Amino acid sequence: MTQQSTSQDQAAPAAGAGVQTPNGFKLDNSGKRIVVDPVTRIEGHLRVEVNVDSDNVIRNAVSTGTMWRGIEVILKNRDPRDAWAFTERICGVCTGTHALTSVRAVEDALGITIPDNANSIRNIMQLTLQTHDHLVHFYHLHALDWVDVVSALSADPKETSALAQSISSWPLSSPGYFKDLQTRLKKFVESGQLGPFKNGYWGSKAYRLPPEANLMAVAHYLEALDFQKEIVKIHTIFGGKNPHPNWLVGGVPCAINIDGTGAVGAINIERLNLVKSIIDQTIEFIDKVYIPDVMAIGSFYKDWLYGGGLSGKSVLSYGDVPERANDYSDKSLLLPRGAIINGNLSEVHPVDHRDSHEIQEFVTHSWYKYGDETKGLHPWDGVTDPHFELGPNAKGTKTNIVELDESGKYSWIKAPRWRGHAMEVGPLARWVIGYAQGKPEFKEPVEKVLHDLGLPVSALFSTLGRTAARALEAQWAAYQERHFFEKLMANIKAGDLSTANVDKWEPQHWPKETKGVGFTEAPRGALAHWIKIKDGKIDNYQCVVPTTWNGSPRDPAGNIGAFEASLMDTPMVDPAQPLEILRTLHSFDPCLACSTHVMSEDGQEMTRVQVR
Amino acid sequence: MAAVETFYDVIRRQGVTRRSFTKFCSLTAASLGLGSTGAARIANALETNERTPVIWMHGLECTCCSESFIRSAHPLVKDVVLSMISLDYDDTIMAAAGHQAEAILEETKQKYKGKYILAVEGNPPLNEDGMFCIDGGRPFVEKLKWMAEDAMAVIAWGACASWGCVQAAKPNPTRATPIDKVIYDKPIIKVPGCPPIAEVMTGVVTYITTFGRLPELDRQGRPKMFYSQRIHDKCYRRPHFDAGQFVEQWDDESARKGHCLYKMGCKGPTTYNACSTVRWNGGVSFPIQSGHGCIGCSEEGFWDKGPFYERLTNIHQFGVEKTADEIGMAAAGAVGVAVAAHAAATAVKRIMSKDQDH
Repeated sequence: MTQQSTSQDQAAPAAGAGVQTPNGFKLDNSGKRIVVDPVTRIEGHLRVEVNVDSDNVIRNAVSTGTMWRGIEVILKNRDPRDAWAFTERICGVCTGTHALTSVRAVEDALGITIPDNANSIRNIMQLTLQTHDHLVHFYHLHALDWVDVVSALSADPKETSALAQSISSWPLSSPGYFKDLQTRLKKFVESGQLGPFKNGYWGSKAYRLPPEANLMAVAHYLEALDFQKEIVKIHTIFGGKNPHPNWLVGGVPCAINIDGTGAVGAINIERLNLVKSIIDQTIEFIDKVYIPDVMAIGSFYKDWLYGGGLSGKSVLSYGDVPERANDYSDKSLLLPRGAIINGNLSEVHPVDHRDSHEIQEFVTHSWYKYGDETKGLHPWDGVTDPHFELGPNAKGTKTNIVELDESGKYSWIKAPRWRGHAMEVGPLARWVIGYAQGKPEFKEPVEKVLHDLGLPVSALFSTLGRTAARALEAQWAAYQERHFFEKLMANIKAGDLSTANVDKWEPQHWPKETKGVGFTEAPRGALAHWIKIKDGKIDNYQCVVPTTWNGSPRDPAGNIGAFEASLMDTPMVDPAQPLEILRTLHSFDPCLACSTHVMSEDGQEMTRVQVR
Repeated sequence: MAAVETFYDVIRRQGVTRRSFTKFCSLTAASLGLGSTGAARIANALETNERTPVIWMHGLECTCCSESFIRSAHPLVKDVVLSMISLDYDDTIMAAAGHQAEAILEETKQKYKGKYILAVEGNPPLNEDGMFCIDGGRPFVEKLKWMAEDAMAVIAWGACASWGCVQAAKPNPTRATPIDKVIYDKPIIKVPGCPPIAEVMTGVVTYITTFGRLPELDRQGRPKMFYSQRIHDKCYRRPHFDAGQFVEQWDDESARKGHCLYKMGCKGPTTYNACSTVRWNGGVSFPIQSGHGCIGCSEEGFWDKGPFYERLTNIHQFGVEKTADEIGMAAAGAVGVAVAAHAAATAVKRIMSKDQDH
């Protein structure tokens, strides 16, 4: 096997000893090139290529979105009131958050305000999504990076029970419960048909939990699978179904009927009681299962503090969850807004979506065309014109990519930048910003986690920190659901039943030309839609989504995005089993579902040989 | 290594008696026209067969079908995955990655040739040589065709796999293409919806694994048991349609009383799905119940059938919409007329849906 990837593949001028990026990373692609394509346990399609040195430490990382669906193009000339349904289908996992972003963008463009009840119901739905998405992410997409399922078979159920009872008052924790579960698991494994657990990295020394902790975690994997279907019923009550509940420009589609007759489907006391019951259960599950599990598992990985990437340098949050309807000022937003650059936590910059100098998207290394590709475009003037073309040093052919060339175009993801900076977005970004702003609801839980694990603040900027921030946020969101539920009840009690504003529903009330922006904090990070409306139709629609920020390719200045940055300098136990890559990528909860191949160092795929 | 756990072992463990099992086999044999010897053959097969391997692949999609699947309440998805099928490959939830994951595909193709189910969520784009969806450096469509070669049957999950869905809406920039337009030589079951209802999904899977055959399909390839009636036929707001009681604008008094959403653009009268019977998320609600009209997400090309809030105008020429409007203004008293008008609308839609069936 010959070593194929050498520094000459890098067309950047400073090739050879390595390239220093403006955002502080030294890229060296002289080592072995490892290709992971696609990555499993994510949503969407993602490919990652890394170079590892002779000690198997990652020295160059290339992340590539390998799917494009063209929804922005499809939206052109359609009715703006329909846009929520199209954009909601961008993601069925963070379902609803695109729809919320879209109705906000349209309302902003058309000058539509929404009633208080609609604000509370929208917030409850958005917070429901946060709790659901974080819970499913941790147990079903991320946990198997830390938990060895097969090891659970050798656990002593009594000791598992003692462990579980020592960290939580969750009732499903008796020796008999774990014994029964272990028996079922044993039968399953002995059947020889392992289903989704087949061919996992069981037994790898990268796993560090004792069998008893593994058994507890597997039990909670299954319990969380049962429970997550309950959480989303809140969407079903207000939006009719989940995934993809229904939304409405001007408010919410569900009417409230507390004392009137008829209206089996309107929001009445039975429906409200069901919402309350689910919120209570969600809080209990997160308090008694999710948080203790993250702490327990984290305690075995305290020294695995890789994966920080951009999180200690540049983070961005748009803010979300307005306390007051139609007030999107910093004071009203319960999730914080701001930008931190170059690791200066003492300064949180304001963020303005309308300023054409702030948020811009670049396509120099993306499979799109711009008139001038050295320049970025603000999303209101954004262009989405697909153009698939591999770089000159790519290996393979157009329809059989063996290795990408990051000096050319290499991803279906554009490169968004805030004032020229590559930014990390997501739960960790939000919690770092809240922490930096000194907000007690963010600062205190972070300090408690660090204290309990005996770690310094710097440990926050890591794969583990990202995972912990997500858990804290799920807890925060569940309690905020209760807050907005109580607010909704108080408002109804005071006699306000309004759920929609229809003053400007009909297009004759719209300006001939207008534009707007809507923003949210999706579970995965800062999300905004920019819309231009002309003659009652969509003239331009651009979405900049969280994974565009985190998974961005390089920009014309050479800055690397958050995924690429996070993989840098991570040692791998065995590059043929890319657990470390999965662990860190999963901590972002990438929204790009897919599966993985690994290639050998000479660029020949280990898998392709067996497969085709 | 212990003996392979069979379907029979599983159901016994779940409390099904030998007696019920035998009865089940007899009924199944009878329904298949196999007579008494057939029952013994079925029993033997279920006692000795492994769980059916399922390979679940993802093309252009948003993962809403997978998310819906895991919401199933009866059966619980946990039990489907641990006891009823062997979900050996699903890139969204599987532990393995890389060549360990790919090895499963190869092994399944060889070991279970003609015996595994290929479940497909999403669809392949054909423009740009298929490179709008790259899987392992290659067009997704190649992997799809390769795994379909040796499958017993293909389940097209959701509107993407069945019809194309949102990425295939005009102008369909990627040329996203439904599964039955790239795979011709296998039985394909379409389970449309954006997404399909969870219990419909697990219902289709458990029907196949329980009865050992595919459910009866309509001319468009959908299981008749879930897709042979329009949402309108069993809608709980239907009496208000018949009585001429309509919501006229969002959050009006009629909306609060739960009147019919036809004038708000509801596509229930032209949409075939089980939403108004099975309902969503364990029977909690469905879109119309929660106040928004049906957007018709299980129908072919629903994205391009005009704005969602425009009432069904494609039945204009028959005067039905006008009749419905007039009835709405005339309020009560005209129930008989409304029923007649509705009967006409039903007849018209039956004719129109036949046109679409081709």
